[in-house]
Amino acid sequence: MIRTDALIIGAGPTGLFTAHQLNIIGLKCEIVDNLDKIGGQCIELYPDKPIYDIPAVPECTGEELTNNLINQLKPFDINFHLNERVEEVKNENGQWHVKTNNGTVFSTPNVIIAGGVGSFEPRKFTPKECEQYEGKSIFYSIKDKKIFKDKTVSIFGGGDSALDWAVELSANSNVNLIHRRNEFRGAQSTLDKVYELEKEGKINLFTKYQLKIPKGNGKLDSIDIQHENKEIKNLKTDYVLGFFGLIMQLGPIANWGLNLNKKTIEVDTEKFQTNQKGIYAVGDICSYPGKLKLILSGFHEGALAARACFKLARPNEKYRFEFTTSSSSILKRLGKKSD
Amino acid sequence: MPKITYIENNGKSHTVEVDKGLTVMEGAVQNNISGIDADCGGSMACATCHVYVKEEWYNKINEKSEGEDDMLDQAHNPNKFSRLSCQISVTDEIDGLVVDLPEKQ
Repeated sequence: MIRTDALIIGAGPTGLFTAHQLNIIGLKCEIVDNLDKIGGQCIELYPDKPIYDIPAVPECTGEELTNNLINQLKPFDINFHLNERVEEVKNENGQWHVKTNNGTVFSTPNVIIAGGVGSFEPRKFTPKECEQYEGKSIFYSIKDKKIFKDKTVSIFGGGDSALDWAVELSANSNVNLIHRRNEFRGAQSTLDKVYELEKEGKINLFTKYQLKIPKGNGKLDSIDIQHENKEIKNLKTDYVLGFFGLIMQLGPIANWGLNLNKKTIEVDTEKFQTNQKGIYAVGDICSYPGKLKLILSGFHEGALAARACFKLARPNEKYRFEFTTSSSSILKRLGKKSD
Repeated sequence: MPKITYIENNGKSHTVEVDKGLTVMEGAVQNNISGIDADCGGSMACATCHVYVKEEWYNKINEKSEGEDDMLDQAHNPNKFSRLSCQISVTDEIDGLVVDLPEKQ
């Protein structure tokens, strides 16, 4: 069990700056994120898109903003737990015990949810019948590619993941690649390779088709795919892979007993605390009258939530407001010499 | 002001006036019409404002922007009338536009 002053859920810009604010005032924190990298939406959705409304930064991309925030955290010792999603929370004697899907458990008086619009989850196939095969014959990511050896694998999608796996698996499997339109959006070199493998008969290409229904009796046996013009084809298949990108879901946090407003969490504007003492929400995921979904608002909310954490993390100390320009204790935390 | 009709997947229909210059997505969000999430706020990065444009309207609205079809690959159950509503501009020409909303985003 990891004990810490505050646990931050979400490593997007708001989560990162909140970590900065906690460390500035002498509190330790840990950060959990479901993605495999730091940066949240800025990195996952728009790394190359310029942002124009960060104060004092006339223009920067999502990636640059993320890198600057990471640099700003350099003086501090912060543990990131990437590829982990928070699952459960329970209160034990005033401490929150938060458990992730990897089994990591945190014990902390403060949990700050900086989850953006939720955690990124793979988009799934439309037909409900797919659920019964999920994790057995239908996958949205690949953990062990050996299981596909000498089997028939039907891959759906038009981006790099679908194309890369089609090429890779075609070496040892019979591969069907199915996409809803003629155009693919992957790297041209991979696409050329796919067409080459199609000519050689190593990949069967079906465009303008989508999955209609999986068939089988407990075990997947075949799939019906439907053309844009409604024509249906049946393909024998052992496995189905879907690569449709990611969608944001509130996930298990929705069941934590917090007051929700659509996909957002209601907070007060003094501490950005939810209806549970010691659980805060900051950034895009919080809602209050007048809320703006701007990165700068997330920074402000994180700064206030961090101060609120102090009281619960250091119940016997008094919080004293100080500036980074003049406080010798803050400068020490930053590893700078004071005058 | 142009009128736009949004029909939810359960059949519930909403006809609202939307200011020119906004997008069909913004028209839905500003009028609290459920069924359009618009997680990314209109930057064409998430495919959660997916709509099906009625066939008779499909060729009358502005054409797909570059990259829109790439995002639509990720939408829930797309068909040939699928569009991202954040990429449809509201003009006098589309007064009366009708869009169907998908079962989920």
